[in-house]
Amino acid sequence: MLKIEDLWVEVQGRDILKGINLKIGTGETHCLFGKNGSGKTTLLMTLMGFSGYRVKHGHILFKGEDITYLPINERARRGLGVAFQRPPTLRGVQLKNLLALYSKETDIGSRLALAYNFEDFLERQVNLGFSGGEIKKSELLQLLAQSPDLLLLDEPESGVDVENLDVICQMIRKLLQKDIPAKRRKSGLIITHTGLILNYVNADRGHVMLNGQIYCHGNPLDIFERIKNYGYEECAKCRLFEQSLKI
Amino acid sequence: MRYSENHIGNKNVSDEELLKTFSPASESKGPKDTGEFEEEELERLKQTGIDLTHPNRTGTFVQTNHTVQRCDCESSGIELLPVTAALKKYDGLKEYWWRLISAEKDSFTREADQELDNGYFIRALPGEKVIYPLQTCLYIRDENLAQRVHNIVIAEEGSELNIITGCSTHPHLRSGLHIGISEFYVKKGAKLTFTMIHNWGENVYVRPRTGIRVEEEGVFLSNYISLKGVKSVQTLPTATLTGPNAVARFNSVIVAPEGSDIDIGAEVILEAPGTRSEVVSRTISTGGRVVARGHLIGLAPDIKAHLECQGLILAEHGVIHAIPELEAHVAGVDMSHEAAVGRIAQEEIEYLMARGLDEEEATSTIVRGFLDVRINGLPPELNEELQEVVEECHKGM
Ligand SMILES: Nc1ncnc2c1ncn2[C@@H]1O[C@H](COP(=O)(O)OP(=O)(O)OP(=O)(O)O)[C@@H](O)[C@H]1O
Ligand SMILES: [Mg+2]
Repeated sequence: MLKIEDLWVEVQGRDILKGINLKIGTGETHCLFGKNGSGKTTLLMTLMGFSGYRVKHGHILFKGEDITYLPINERARRGLGVAFQRPPTLRGVQLKNLLALYSKETDIGSRLALAYNFEDFLERQVNLGFSGGEIKKSELLQLLAQSPDLLLLDEPESGVDVENLDVICQMIRKLLQKDIPAKRRKSGLIITHTGLILNYVNADRGHVMLNGQIYCHGNPLDIFERIKNYGYEECAKCRLFEQSLKI
Repeated sequence: MRYSENHIGNKNVSDEELLKTFSPASESKGPKDTGEFEEEELERLKQTGIDLTHPNRTGTFVQTNHTVQRCDCESSGIELLPVTAALKKYDGLKEYWWRLISAEKDSFTREADQELDNGYFIRALPGEKVIYPLQTCLYIRDENLAQRVHNIVIAEEGSELNIITGCSTHPHLRSGLHIGISEFYVKKGAKLTFTMIHNWGENVYVRPRTGIRVEEEGVFLSNYISLKGVKSVQTLPTATLTGPNAVARFNSVIVAPEGSDIDIGAEVILEAPGTRSEVVSRTISTGGRVVARGHLIGLAPDIKAHLECQGLILAEHGVIHAIPELEAHVAGVDMSHEAAVGRIAQEEIEYLMARGLDEEEATSTIVRGFLDVRINGLPPELNEELQEVVEECHKGM
């Protein structure tokens, strides 16, 4: 589904991503861990094609096609979708209007509101005064309307209370077709600090980002436990260990 | 330069010269009643929220040129009269006539004082609450006229009143001058919502002069919408909040196409403790010039006032000039302003593009949101209706 080859990205004249390699297969869910400021959001924004993220080197292949320099909406049309960590406020634009724009289904807003308990939410202006948890819900609702094939979720569970965590994880499970493993076509890359999401959504692989590079690939639960017990720096050592084995 | 200048052709002219350019509305001939309006005229009035067949209106006032054609009201708690009739009935309306604005303020007030055509008088009796709005229409139907009106609106103690004013010119008319004096009295505990929609011709000059007085616990809400081309508008309503906890809110949504020069704003004097005010303008230039003013003057402690100017320039050569002013004369005031002018934030466009919209769709979605005129305090039906009017106009943008 997604293949990233030696990706170097510069933001405001500074190298942020320094040679990322990553592969996500169809139907797979991957987790991305990493310290604050290590470049996780930058990777997602680059995959989506946002301006300000300049690819200096390397390629992004999506469903076999090189999309490194495609416009944002073309990537969205091909099936890429992001839930943003800090989306902008759109004054006067009601959430239900956006949902209607993103989906062919008439009355998508009411159906989703009913399915996931969103009273009073649809009429709100997008992201205006949304609480942390409301932002997450609104992002996932929009993705449900859009129904992408590869979901890039930037900390979908941060700042969400226990009850809402349940709703949010239901939405993610739906988006990733977790309940139909045999027919699953959707893939995901989920950034998480808390690892809480792993209690609800099984992930196939985990990666750790440190200082613009991906160290350590492996079982997400194992990795998360290591980070909890030994900190991120240990993961760096872990890769050094992998490399030393190769030599 | 305090105000926008007058231009005729390519020439700058003084206010006096401008007045001489147009002939008095009193010399015109209008149709005898609104039944003679053509379909396209009715359509045009609808674009300013005026619907002559609308069942959900408490009353209707239509003045075409200098003639009052309709003046009828269903509610016994509301008094609706041509202002000339009210002047006779109430012995010159001494308490209300030129009390909030000086007749000597400028050439336009003097003109309206000396050469009055007519205007409306609306009074809600104490405690009277009307659900459906009254609609008042000031219409210029013939080329090159100067229409001079003077309106008086009184919301007596504890009353609630809702007015939609549509101002426009005949669809095929280009030039004219509209001078509108308006004095609003919101008494103790009363609430007045005033929604004004302008749809003038592209060579029309508009000079409203407005004063508002809000007493203790009173609420004045103003909603001003102008989306179509007009040569020049210049207005700065002044609201004085005289009693504790009085509120005044101004909300305006303006589009200035090429050739339009729109200078609008509001001045609010917060005289009593606990008074509150909010002045919000959203302006778009598609080639024209907008000056968005706001002046808040805090004279008492414990007041709260906020000013917001948001401007979008969607053409190469548009001008938006935001002039927010805060003036506090005592300690203990809470006054703030926020102004942002420019193009649509790239981040917002890209956010929508990331969900599959192309750049044009994303831009128009944001602009449509920007032009959302639903405001707090308006009845929901009216909000929806206004929004429809705006969307209709927006399609033609
Ligand atoms: N637009 C920008 N301008 C300047 N610096 C930026 C910009 N975007 C990202 N950076 C910098 O790039 C680095 C990586 O940021 P990024 O947002 O990708 O981190 P992150 O891993 O998502 O962190 P967090 O866990 O805190 O969300 C940081 O040092 C950040 O300050
Ligand atoms: Mg981040």
